[in-house]
Amino acid sequence: MSNIKSEKSFSTPEKKSKTLIPYAMLCELTHRCPLSCPYCSNPVQLEMKSNEISTDLWKKALSDGVKIGILQAHFSGGEPTARKDLEDLVSHASQIGLYTNLITSGVLINEERLKKLYDSGLDHVQVSIQDTDEKNSEKIAGFKGHQKKIATCKLIRKVGLPLTINSVMHRQNLHNLKDMIKLAIDLNAERLEVAQVQYYGWALKNQTAFLPTKEQLDKATIIVEEARKTYKGILAIDYVVPDYYAKKPKSCMGGWGRQFLNITPAGKVLPCHAAESLDFLNFDNLKEKSLAWIWEHSESFNRFRGTSWMPEPCRSCDRREVDWGGCRCQAFALTGNADAADPTCEFSPYRKVLDEPLSKAGSETPNFIYRKF
Amino acid sequence: MNKLIKLEPADIPKLPRHAKLRYDEARKKWIINAPERVFELDETAAEIMKLVDGVISINSIVDKLHQKFSAASRDQISKDVISMLQSLADKGFVLNE
Repeated sequence: MSNIKSEKSFSTPEKKSKTLIPYAMLCELTHRCPLSCPYCSNPVQLEMKSNEISTDLWKKALSDGVKIGILQAHFSGGEPTARKDLEDLVSHASQIGLYTNLITSGVLINEERLKKLYDSGLDHVQVSIQDTDEKNSEKIAGFKGHQKKIATCKLIRKVGLPLTINSVMHRQNLHNLKDMIKLAIDLNAERLEVAQVQYYGWALKNQTAFLPTKEQLDKATIIVEEARKTYKGILAIDYVVPDYYAKKPKSCMGGWGRQFLNITPAGKVLPCHAAESLDFLNFDNLKEKSLAWIWEHSESFNRFRGTSWMPEPCRSCDRREVDWGGCRCQAFALTGNADAADPTCEFSPYRKVLDEPLSKAGSETPNFIYRKF
Repeated sequence: MNKLIKLEPADIPKLPRHAKLRYDEARKKWIINAPERVFELDETAAEIMKLVDGVISINSIVDKLHQKFSAASRDQISKDVISMLQSLADKGFVLNE
């Protein structure tokens, strides 16, 4: 089997036409953020402002992204509005044909800046809301900004921008899921992301505080299914479940190095935002290599691309090109072996490592370890 | 609040601001960009969507397609157009002007 695979990987014209084309780039403009959410998706080792790459290098990355087929640019962080050149970057991205999305906490922005972003060609805004209960929302964010967030959502609609509410859900706010859906409707959002915490980096440190019980999760799933029917064509609801309770792993990023890339504030290019947790991999930087080269040739993007890296039971599994082996960062974090089958798969020999965290779910509520530099 | 729409032949369909149609050179396909998703259109869907401009009605779109593809009956084209646009409307990606 491996022989057949290696024969196919010669650089023939067929191979050339099969070069993978990425869909989206996540531009983490900065790690600076006034919030300190204990499930932040940024790496535990945050980049300082002095390490952030320049406006020109970001523009070049966006232009190179279009050349390799990227369709969408997500401007994220940290808090991306902390960068003064945000409008400039959105304008550039929009002019070269990218679909532009701003992923923000909404606490640093005013109407004037939203208008400027609208005029720069911004296509869509996503605002995070930590809970519908103000006190709990601010406790989770580690910042008093709940009312400001709501006000920002209203301004986003006022200037005419499409709105997604992103609500990271977990054991300490799932009981307010119905209210969150109602809030998204009241704010006239087109879309709601109900994203259960995924356990990497900061979230893994706070896992016992966040992991919901099976009962909580099942109840939430029913609420989402009902709301999808009620609000069909009115509010789109994307639902991400915590994979600890799943039988099959998630198709993380749609497969390593297949659809997506992430650029860190310092200019490193990663196959996903958590990839730096794989500390044995070398991630190339835009200061030294072009985006196209990194996408196609870098060691980091090719390390888990396709199926040839897979050990058993993944290698002979009929889902190997469905879930692409699940999540490499999760396998590494939970087993110490980045090639291992994702422990959230029922066929993984490491499935048992989930027993301990799952047994604690709902029984203890430790204090948060907040994200900090 | 946004509204769910049930498209009729006299309606004038359009894309909302958050859904953008364009030709993608890398994939050699027409696509619709939308929040966190991309619709890759087959040839039929592309022919329909290229006529969705917020100015002409579904009836006019069907007429134009019927002129171009006379092999198919007008009724069949009309059915295909409404069913395709309604599936996007159900997801909030087509509005009635």
